[in-house]
Amino acid sequence: MFSILHYMVNYEDQHLDRTFAALGDPTRRAILARLEREDGLSVSALAEPFAIKLPAVMKHLDVLSDAGLINRSKTGRTVTVKVSTDPIRKAMDWLRRYERFWSSSLDRLVTYAESKEAEARRKGRGK
Amino acid sequence: MTSVIHIRRIAARPAIVFEALSTAEGITSWWGPDDLPVVSAQADPRVDGRFQVRFRTRDGQEHECAGQFLEVVRPERIVMSWEWTSGGEPGERERVSRLEMRLRAVDSGTELTLVHSALRDEASARSHERGWEGALDKLVRNFARH
Repeated sequence: MFSILHYMVNYEDQHLDRTFAALGDPTRRAILARLEREDGLSVSALAEPFAIKLPAVMKHLDVLSDAGLINRSKTGRTVTVKVSTDPIRKAMDWLRRYERFWSSSLDRLVTYAESKEAEARRKGRGK
Repeated sequence: MTSVIHIRRIAARPAIVFEALSTAEGITSWWGPDDLPVVSAQADPRVDGRFQVRFRTRDGQEHECAGQFLEVVRPERIVMSWEWTSGGEPGERERVSRLEMRLRAVDSGTELTLVHSALRDEASARSHERGWEGALDKLVRNFARH
């Protein structure tokens, strides 16, 4: 399970930290969720539904951008924001390895506990 | 989302599931990602008692995780601290995560809820404050489909 991970260097690890840290804020998740529906929005359109001021939205966009979760591009006076799915996918893959660790372990736990239950019943210590 | 949650129904009474989760003999029978026997397991299931599990994966490598029992409420609840002491996830070494197992008696036996959380320190601290796990899970899954 872990051997494929050994190519993962520190760089990758720090990247994951940034991704998770960036995703740890509800405003930033709301921004991403909106971009998921309407990719390529301008910064002002993106900021509109939020109660916070534009500079605060810009700060969130900086964090998302540093984590590689979004890309900004400027055309004239308009900055448009696009979502980048790669870091999210990496974070997801990382979590899936833990998912698999436990789901596979728990399959065996079920088998073991159920055989112990059957054994206990045979010995007449039933419920 | 820095936690993983699994819920299983097991056709065995809670006391039996509890033993399987907390004793060395029990742990030896199920721990690890691959279908290979656990190399060694030790467990002292009382508050501040330690556990240590060493297992091998199909690639021949050995991994070891260890920690401490933080809460032991028989046969309802176990909370352990958890860290890789050898092998494991490179980025996870020296990070302590939290493993919580809750048992609930149901007609068919036991419903087990396993929560492995604080897998990433910074993000998980926030997750406790704001309870964002479900929302993010959905968000990430949506993106993962793209």
